[in-house]
Amino acid sequence: MVVQTPNGFTLDNSGRRVVVDPVTRIEGHMRCEVNLDENNVIRNAVSTGTMWRGLEVILKGRDPRDAWAFTERICGVCTGTHALTSVRAVEDALGITIPENANSIRNLMQLALEIHDHVVHFYHLHALDWVNPVNALKADPKATSELQQAVSPSHPLSSPGYFRDVQNRLKKFVESGQLGLFKNGYWTNPAYKLPPEADLMAVTHYLEALDLQKEIVKIHTIFGGKNPHPNWLVGGVPCPINVDGTGAVGAINMERLNLVRSIIDMTMEFNRNVYIPDVKAIGSFYKTWLHGGGLSSQACLAYGDIPERANDFSAENLHLPRGAIINGNLDEVHDVDLRDPEQIREYVDHSWYEYDRPGISLHPWEGETRPRYELGPNAKGTKTNIVELDEGGKYSWIKAPRWRGHAMEVGPLARYIVGYAKGHERIREQVDGFLRDLELPFEAIFSTLGRTAARALESLYCCELQQHFFEKLVTNIRNGDTNTANIEKWDPKTWPKEAKGVGQTEAPRGALGHWIVIKDGRIENYQCVVPTTWNGSPRDPAGNIGAFEASLMNTPVERAEEPVEILRTIHSFDPCLACSTHVMSPDGEELARVKVR
Amino acid sequence: MAALTDRPGMNGCAAASAPRTLVLGIGNVLWADEGFGVRAVERLHEEWEMPAGVTLMDGGTQGLYLLHHIEACEALIVFDAVDYGLAPGEMRLVGDDEVPAFLGVKKMSLHQTGFQEVIATARLKGWEPRRMLLIGVQPEELEDYGGGLRPVVAARLEEAVACAVEELRRLGHAPQRRAGRPQQPLSAPAITRQSYEAGRPSAEDACRFGDARFLALVSGGKG
Repeated sequence: MVVQTPNGFTLDNSGRRVVVDPVTRIEGHMRCEVNLDENNVIRNAVSTGTMWRGLEVILKGRDPRDAWAFTERICGVCTGTHALTSVRAVEDALGITIPENANSIRNLMQLALEIHDHVVHFYHLHALDWVNPVNALKADPKATSELQQAVSPSHPLSSPGYFRDVQNRLKKFVESGQLGLFKNGYWTNPAYKLPPEADLMAVTHYLEALDLQKEIVKIHTIFGGKNPHPNWLVGGVPCPINVDGTGAVGAINMERLNLVRSIIDMTMEFNRNVYIPDVKAIGSFYKTWLHGGGLSSQACLAYGDIPERANDFSAENLHLPRGAIINGNLDEVHDVDLRDPEQIREYVDHSWYEYDRPGISLHPWEGETRPRYELGPNAKGTKTNIVELDEGGKYSWIKAPRWRGHAMEVGPLARYIVGYAKGHERIREQVDGFLRDLELPFEAIFSTLGRTAARALESLYCCELQQHFFEKLVTNIRNGDTNTANIEKWDPKTWPKEAKGVGQTEAPRGALGHWIVIKDGRIENYQCVVPTTWNGSPRDPAGNIGAFEASLMNTPVERAEEPVEILRTIHSFDPCLACSTHVMSPDGEELARVKVR
Repeated sequence: MAALTDRPGMNGCAAASAPRTLVLGIGNVLWADEGFGVRAVERLHEEWEMPAGVTLMDGGTQGLYLLHHIEACEALIVFDAVDYGLAPGEMRLVGDDEVPAFLGVKKMSLHQTGFQEVIATARLKGWEPRRMLLIGVQPEELEDYGGGLRPVVAARLEEAVACAVEELRRLGHAPQRRAGRPQQPLSAPAITRQSYEAGRPSAEDACRFGDARFLALVSGGKG
């Protein structure tokens, strides 16, 4: 059957169906089904998953000041972002303002998390969609050294001996049968296009990235008091500042600030000399593979983040841009208001929930999470063993959020397209420079490669912002302001009987909102709309497909039983479900196992 | 603090040969028995004072964030809920090279896949532990979001803690039973087992069987 979607895609589900399915039962279950035509091109895409089932189930009746500690446990990768979004929601509801130092410190923590996530995502989770580590064993270390010096002359680790050592280590590791993280790949697939030297360079940088990432998280340990699971505080940050102090437990002194500065510098260097050159080098071998753009060329959404001044979430005060682009019109960027009941609304017609009647949508403050698990009439298999989903019926645990009725893409690419359209100077400079270096036209940004590139460019920009907020913090402290928390309204007796608020952030993988309703000092309702809800959303009643689904459309697949291309594009969103997946053949037989995140 | 390392010299020196040891509880406390690992290390911290050279950590589902803590230790003891295919509540100890395999047999949750990978990554970077021990319990219930440990699993906490203490002694450490409560909890107070389980709203209040506001709308004449 051929269907035209309102957001411009032609869906044809007549070809053979390939199912990519995980087995994870707990925090997320993501599955993709696609139909391929006779030329192995994707003509229909169905994405399904579960995030979690309504935080209200857990938070109702609890103290709003504790909500961050629960939201921090929702998942293993967005820990700090959820905590920050939560304290912002409570502060918004109760009219609590935070001191400038707290704003700078929160920004430093949030930026550290962005950079950490982007670097780890690229090297640990996404690189293997582009890089073939087995091929790296064939590389000539001397040629690798020459390649390294050509792509990044400033990077000191580039001798032939260095690459030979890494190659030997990798060889030993592979031979010992501990292929571990590399074992679930399709290493003979022609979809891999790098020469062995580029593969060895990238694997080497993967190891360097692992060393860097443990330094980055120290920023959380210093400001949040511990790692993992740093502390957060409604009204500010929990760390006192005592610059003259020499070891008061938890206090920020000069020694610790100096450590933060050295970590920021080290991170900047890595981004500039390793991450960005790697993405460019890899990109240069894939510049003809510009699939995966999906919704990015027509509908992008960003809430914005990293406020310059504390307590001001107006668009002009945010370093990471806010705005919505619809119908592909980059000349007009709409402002976004998370409180406006007309803007963000969630549908559940194709999700395993129900509202009081079909076709309606709810704003998150009114959000409901009432499960209704049923398969569409054309589904194959049973409820406990789904062979094939029916996208005409309910087919996902993810709700379908829409912005003024539009399915939207969120994440680094969406932020960069919104920023570009708004004339954000630094973003324009970065995007234009990247495209110029690869000799690509502007439209090339609307692609899987563009998504991966935007994440790298944003990581570098976040390093620059870290330097800015570090200087700002130090200057403020020098000027005598050591205030880090506002506890005026800490006591629930000072709160109104009823209040509601919203917290917003740009998580590494996209726009994140928490909506809270407080009644008699306790949580009455709490709803999160997370980035992967936007990107992984199923169809809505009008038939619009979500961002994952759109991104897979019209992509040719080299080998149907080894859908590297599907994984490459889905991974480029950095979905927030680290799940192990199985690739199923059309008859349901397991063919291979891969990693999806 | 999530990671508590007692100050050097607080309880005298550990035996010279005792390896730097990390006791790690992993799992997601929001999913009933999935929280076993975190609850076990929390209990160990409440009842025992650790000597220098031993670090206790609530690792949650942190995956790669745990890498540098793992690389820094010479002996690793892990508490976790593991699907061994045994009866609910049965406990089993697995040692050394067998540990990663058991953390990946059935991927009951994302952190298990993640943790197996963390160990593989640490190995790739040259980490060679002198000892690894997994103290795992077969969970009964994982699907109850917001729920606590089931009695059959909670009943194993004491034994799991005793196993860890015994292992620490075998490694040459000398943990001491606490006289009172520890000064700081291991995790944020709001999510320690007691507050977490006691503060859970009833199924009715939390709409675990449907949303009260919706029901009110229907009875209000909308349907």
